[in-house]
Amino acid sequence: MMQTKLMKGNEAMAEAAIQAGCDAYFGYPITPQSEVLEYLAKEMPKHGRVVLQAESEVASINMIYGAAGAGFRTMTSSSSPGISLMQEGISYIAGAELPCLIANVNRAGPGLGTIQPGQGDYFQATKGGGHGDYRLIVLAPSSVQEMADFVFLGFDLADKYRNPVMILSDGAIGQMMEKVTFGKFKPLKIDKPWATVGKPASRERNYITSLHIKSEDMERHVEHIYRKYDEIKKNEVRFEEIMTEDAEYLIVAYGLSARISHKSVNILREKGIKAGLLRPITLYPFPEEKINQLAEKMKLVLTVEMNTGQMVEDVRLSVNGKVPVHFFGRFGGMIPDPEEIVNKFENLINKNHAL
Amino acid sequence: MRSEEHSLVEVEIITKKDEPADGKADAKNEPGSKTAEEHVFEEKPKCINEEYEVVYHKPDTLLDVSMHYCPGCAHSLLHKLIMEAVDELGIQEKTVGVAPVGCAVFAYDYMNIDMSEAAHGRACATATGIKRLLPDSYVFTYQGDGDLAAIGIAETIHAINRGENIAIFFMNNAVYGMTSGQMAPTSLLGMKTTTSPYGRDVHEYGEPIKVSELISHLPGSFYVTRQAVNSATAVRKAKKAIMNAFRYQKLNKGTCFVEVIGNCPSNWKMTPLEASKYIDDEMVKAFPLGDIKLPKGEDLKLLEEVK
Repeated sequence: MMQTKLMKGNEAMAEAAIQAGCDAYFGYPITPQSEVLEYLAKEMPKHGRVVLQAESEVASINMIYGAAGAGFRTMTSSSSPGISLMQEGISYIAGAELPCLIANVNRAGPGLGTIQPGQGDYFQATKGGGHGDYRLIVLAPSSVQEMADFVFLGFDLADKYRNPVMILSDGAIGQMMEKVTFGKFKPLKIDKPWATVGKPASRERNYITSLHIKSEDMERHVEHIYRKYDEIKKNEVRFEEIMTEDAEYLIVAYGLSARISHKSVNILREKGIKAGLLRPITLYPFPEEKINQLAEKMKLVLTVEMNTGQMVEDVRLSVNGKVPVHFFGRFGGMIPDPEEIVNKFENLINKNHAL
Repeated sequence: MRSEEHSLVEVEIITKKDEPADGKADAKNEPGSKTAEEHVFEEKPKCINEEYEVVYHKPDTLLDVSMHYCPGCAHSLLHKLIMEAVDELGIQEKTVGVAPVGCAVFAYDYMNIDMSEAAHGRACATATGIKRLLPDSYVFTYQGDGDLAAIGIAETIHAINRGENIAIFFMNNAVYGMTSGQMAPTSLLGMKTTTSPYGRDVHEYGEPIKVSELISHLPGSFYVTRQAVNSATAVRKAKKAIMNAFRYQKLNKGTCFVEVIGNCPSNWKMTPLEASKYIDDEMVKAFPLGDIKLPKGEDLKLLEEVK
């Protein structure tokens, strides 16, 4: 049954976890995402599910490792410094090919930084984050509705590919209230014959490990997970295009930056400048081909982020030199103003014409 | 295929025994006429004959493979005792083990049960994740002193403080074994290791940490005991403690903690016998053996249920 509520992004994510059949949530408080743990501490017991406040993010990610290994749908969430603490565990989870969902409600760093929103964890999220060769599937919501929807999608993708999935959100989307509709999806059900639930006489023992001590075995294992990532790249690239059909100028932005850039595109259009927006929804796999195709008909590309320039590197790789790729960013917890982006764009266009 | 070198050695042995290398026909009945290999093939060991009763064998829960442990190491014994307990209690289908990082990292290669190989020090957190989702299962961690008492002390204390209904088997051999003998938090004062070449100094590193005593003060711990496996008597006592740790899980009354003072001859630079003696002479001074916390009062009645 469809149901619409007014909720904070973090709460929407928590409610979606319950509806998506999350069996267990393990977490540790950190601003700006503590509402997830608070909401679930209240609601999960009503559904007979497990919720546990761990002694640290290090412990919570390793509880996830155990619970995911036992074949359960399990989730944790945190914000940047806490996600850094989880990286070791995430690497083990990726190595052991366990499905789980990790939400990062990104705040600005480095270090303790600030509790205000940021997008400075793009590299960490999309390039692995912990030690070794691995990737996460990374989903970037830009609304409270997507905070909820991507929990369903994230769990399904995690189960489908036996890979950890990260929702890379930020403090603004986590904290703001919007309308959110539930009841749109039903969770994917997948058998997990590999889970460690106790060995019956009928099968060999199951064990969860990321250890392959022989180099030949380890190489084979990494090849195997990279073939999986190729499949993910083939099947799971998601993005949103806004006014790109006739666009001559392209903005590439995700999450909160994309919302703001959408407004900038509207202002530019009002001024008669044919601007469009490409919003990557999956940051990994990155919509390389789409950006490359769009670049064909663009005069220039501007990447807007709430950091000092991270995704812009992937945009440049995707555009592959076809047109100039510029960058505009605010950081340290500051949020770009749509007009700032418009000004940047106009300056670039003028400069481009002068050239 | 055997190398040339190998067959040369064989010829040499036979020559030493003053037997012709290829003279099988005539010498059949002579006592020294067969190689050891031929002897084994011709005369089956008597214990395989049906008329003899098998009185001891490896438990089915232990895989029939050779282990990577050094000669005289306590790990192989502790593995066997735990697996015997699982076998005897008939709980293989309901048991999930968590292996550490350290010498026992390959425990799942030997234990024929479902297992999870945890990150260094995080076994208690991983076990928490499993047990919370499978509350009717028997969940245990198997951890060394570096894993449990150094990097994983926070996870250990908090899991026990929450009273997680798991068993923790803690192998304390006072060194980092896998990385070849560095100082552990449980290394004895004056003990020479690769990272304490002049002996552990109390002013620099303090006293060896007594985890069993420490966690016995937490209300979440239900049963805490310290055992060894360096003699037949010790092995029998340790086995009993391990059986208790599994049985008590059913009561859901808290964590069962079995510390085992283990021999590490390789890193102690001793023979296996010297290592066993070192436990009796030195290790037990810092880590006295015996029960540290036993179920009391009302809980004693509960024990009858799981006897």
